[in-house]
Amino acid sequence: MKTLLTKLTEAYGPSGSEGPVRELIRKEVEPYVDEIRVDALGNLICLKKGTGGKKVLLDAHMDEIGLMVTHIDKDGFLRYGTIGGVNPFISLGQRVYFENGTFGVIGSERVDDPKDLKTEKLFVDIGAKNKEEASAKVKVGDSAAFFQPAVCLGSRFVAKALDDRAACAVLIETLKRVGETAHDIYAVFATQEEVGLRGARVAAFGIEPDVGIAIDVTRTGDTPKSITMDVSLGAGAAIKVKDSSLICTPALRDYMVKMAQEKGIRYQMEVLEAGGTDSGAIQMTKAGIPAGVISIPCRYIHSPCEMVDLDDVEECVKLTVALCQSPLEF
Amino acid sequence: MELRELTSLVGVSGNEDEVRRAIMRELEAMGVSYETDTMGNIIARKGDKGPRLMVDAHMDEVGLIIVHIEKSGFLRFYPIGVPAAVLPSKRVLVGKDKVPGVIGAKAIHLQERRERDSVIPVDQLTIDIGAKSKEEAERKVKVGDYAVFDTEYEELSPGIIKAKALDDRVGCALLLELLKEPWENVQVYAVFSTQEELGIRGAKVASYRVNPDMGIALEGTVCADIPGTDPEGYATQIGKGAVLSVMDRGTITHKGMLNQLVKLATENQIPFQYREATSGGNDAMAIHQARAGCPVAAISVPCRYIHSPFSVMSMADFEAARKLLIAFVKSVEGGFRP
Amino acid sequence: MSNLSFNVKEFLKKASMAYGVSGHEFYNAASVVEEAMTGLVDEIRRDPLHNIIGYRKGDGEGPRPKVMLAGHMDEIGLLVKKIEERGFLRVTGIGVDPRVLPGHEVIVYGRRPLTGLVGVKPPHLIAPENAMKAQKMEDLFIDLGLPEEEVRKLVRVGDVVTYKRQVTELQGDVLSGKSMDDRAGVGVILVCLDELRKYKVPADVYGVATTQEEVGLRGATVATYGIKPDIGIAIDVCHAETPGVPEWRTSQLGKGPAIATGGNIHPKVFQGLKKAAEELGIPVQTEVAPGPTGTDAWAMQVSGEGVATGLVSIPLRYMHTSVETLSVGDVEKAGRLLAKFIAACDEAFVKELTTWN
Repeated sequence: MKTLLTKLTEAYGPSGSEGPVRELIRKEVEPYVDEIRVDALGNLICLKKGTGGKKVLLDAHMDEIGLMVTHIDKDGFLRYGTIGGVNPFISLGQRVYFENGTFGVIGSERVDDPKDLKTEKLFVDIGAKNKEEASAKVKVGDSAAFFQPAVCLGSRFVAKALDDRAACAVLIETLKRVGETAHDIYAVFATQEEVGLRGARVAAFGIEPDVGIAIDVTRTGDTPKSITMDVSLGAGAAIKVKDSSLICTPALRDYMVKMAQEKGIRYQMEVLEAGGTDSGAIQMTKAGIPAGVISIPCRYIHSPCEMVDLDDVEECVKLTVALCQSPLEF
Repeated sequence: MELRELTSLVGVSGNEDEVRRAIMRELEAMGVSYETDTMGNIIARKGDKGPRLMVDAHMDEVGLIIVHIEKSGFLRFYPIGVPAAVLPSKRVLVGKDKVPGVIGAKAIHLQERRERDSVIPVDQLTIDIGAKSKEEAERKVKVGDYAVFDTEYEELSPGIIKAKALDDRVGCALLLELLKEPWENVQVYAVFSTQEELGIRGAKVASYRVNPDMGIALEGTVCADIPGTDPEGYATQIGKGAVLSVMDRGTITHKGMLNQLVKLATENQIPFQYREATSGGNDAMAIHQARAGCPVAAISVPCRYIHSPFSVMSMADFEAARKLLIAFVKSVEGGFRP
Repeated sequence: MSNLSFNVKEFLKKASMAYGVSGHEFYNAASVVEEAMTGLVDEIRRDPLHNIIGYRKGDGEGPRPKVMLAGHMDEIGLLVKKIEERGFLRVTGIGVDPRVLPGHEVIVYGRRPLTGLVGVKPPHLIAPENAMKAQKMEDLFIDLGLPEEEVRKLVRVGDVVTYKRQVTELQGDVLSGKSMDDRAGVGVILVCLDELRKYKVPADVYGVATTQEEVGLRGATVATYGIKPDIGIAIDVCHAETPGVPEWRTSQLGKGPAIATGGNIHPKVFQGLKKAAEELGIPVQTEVAPGPTGTDAWAMQVSGEGVATGLVSIPLRYMHTSVETLSVGDVEKAGRLLAKFIAACDEAFVKELTTWN
């Protein structure tokens, strides 16, 4: 799992430019699924056929937050717009990298009061001396991801893009372990979640599943003077009650809790006050689809140093596998 | 139909009647078949075979809606897409009969010192049509009527146009130009949509119906190459050519389509520029998420001062957008797939 | 005036005290609605988001136009997000303004309904400069008066909480209670279904008690897609006169329902509703909505290939508090006017909706 997580988190894939991470995932899952296709928005849709059960959509998003170049100034500095929720405070002093390998650092205009720090005052410095030199390496419309190598701290794993590559790892591992199932499993590695659940929305429309389960990260309430939240690193797979994009179908949520209890999988209940997931889009597909979320507790989301607990990740795999192998009657 | 006529037509988001009627007549004169739906979109089609390409422009403009008539005859209104700052001291035309009115402002002599620091809030403004009572006013206008700015189309200097509603009548004009060309091996679905300014409403319904393989949104887009803004804040510049979006709040432009547009512009020496901003949104947001999704891009004309009584554009930029649009559709006809 | 087969006031009282926070309407509110709807429709079904969809077949040969009526049955409320030391509950809001909560009694739906109190610091211990500062949801807590172990046995993260409030009958036909937004709308649908018995109805009518309106019009979005109506009318509440709010921003209680016009509303549906009101001599008020109406009509309008929408609203004071106040007469008038309107929804009318000239 550590190797897989390292590979996945260090791969490049801001929303709209998921190519490299998609290819990486494709290679991982190819031996374990019956059909693979890529749809109009770049979603990687993998089908593992069952023996006549339900159509189950499992979702993890491949994209990460990042920046898109909007302007190259005469001195070779790059101005940018954010891709997804990028906080200017967390951006200051960070390293970023483009698909072609160009590196940059984020600097800021003079700001006397920290309250005045906004994205508009930041820029990327790729070490170019003028516009011409910069334009030889990047152009307006190019996207960059934050750069940070992954590191293991005992049972904790720290990297950028654990949101949502940790879930991609869970989904890949699920496909490897699940074996024969009654259900048709559609494993969707979705694009553009960070900019509005867009990949999942169109993928779910195309598939029209009987039930949808997204796997995503969620915040925790276990750091000093944190938000009030009953989720902690190491306490197991989080079963989501609600976030700002959906109220998980209660019958499905209760079924997931029962499954965890029956299989001795460690779990915790999660209410997320700010933040949405692909299940928000899946639930609203066509005439409505029962939807739930398995969450991986994660500290420091949307920073280059997100942190998960590897035991929690394992419990999430176990729960996902157990659900796939169960009748899913609720 | 020329831009002069297109921009003079009245069609605030929610009542695009006059614009729609004029475009319908134009399409009939051109022999192009079309349908309309519950949202009032016009969905025209040209070409019988090949991929379904949806090209979209919105008919609606920003304006005001009358919400209440005071006993004194003043009209209370809500703005639709118009910031409060541009409202005081302007002339408007109200309702189907285009009754002239003015948005008065408290004379400066009557204002307190501290009032002068703030934009006058909308609930302190009214439209005055000169009526002396509610009854008199109700003979000419009613609650629910829309009002537009009374702006005349003018050529400020050769090729530089001032008009209201360039956002998005330039898009409508480009779409009509596109429909003048013969199309056989591409099914061009030209959608004149409604209520874009209320949240991309018409396009959502139209794109579900059309179910395109790919889409292009045509817009009159932000252009802030004006004093007080730094170059990184211009977004676009008058005279620098057709505008290609890279990303906005609703869409990340499909890379394959963007590359093709850049390639065609370069090969055909069509001046172009990138939309150097990621704010705002347009009908592409709905088009690319319709049903099972499709690739999209946007081609725009830079317009200064949009969402105010007037906007300014360059016919040279319009011409560049027109050429690029036609070149793109020709390339789709010739086999290009994103 | 009323020769309905059921008592509107009694339904409203029962519906107001039923509980069904967004996403959890099936607890109780849904069955109250379903029970009341039985006998007024031919079939009732529930969809994946627990919308209650009552189908009333029209008269005459098929295929007939389809009219959908939507009134949302979910109410605003709270959700337990954490159980603290000593058994206090921390909650998140589902549509609730935290400022009405301090000092309010609530019901926590754990293993059984439990009375809870939203506790407050006594004024003696609050610094004078903080007396007027509103508390945020993050600062509020619920006291069940039980020891922590008991609480942990009876309550879980994810349990829902509603206002605890009886209905109050005020002067005349004025009622005050929680969740009138939008159980009153459901009441209107029932009145309409009942009234339709008087007419030859050219359309199939779908009376839908929608779910999760307060968290994003979610029930209506999927219900509309499933039904594919030609016409969709939302019935919701609108702001009635309130001290401190300029009159031109509100409607008047007891002066009849408000009919909306604006981008979210199809002009011919607006005209049709006004005509129906005139023909019946029912007083109505016009509500101008420049953009989103903030109701299920916003979701219905752009479903699929488009739905011609209308909005009928019941004037209501103190929206989203537990003392929402309305006039029962307005509810009855709205139901009657809708029935008259639907009686005119024939093929010819539907064809007009996509015709613009």
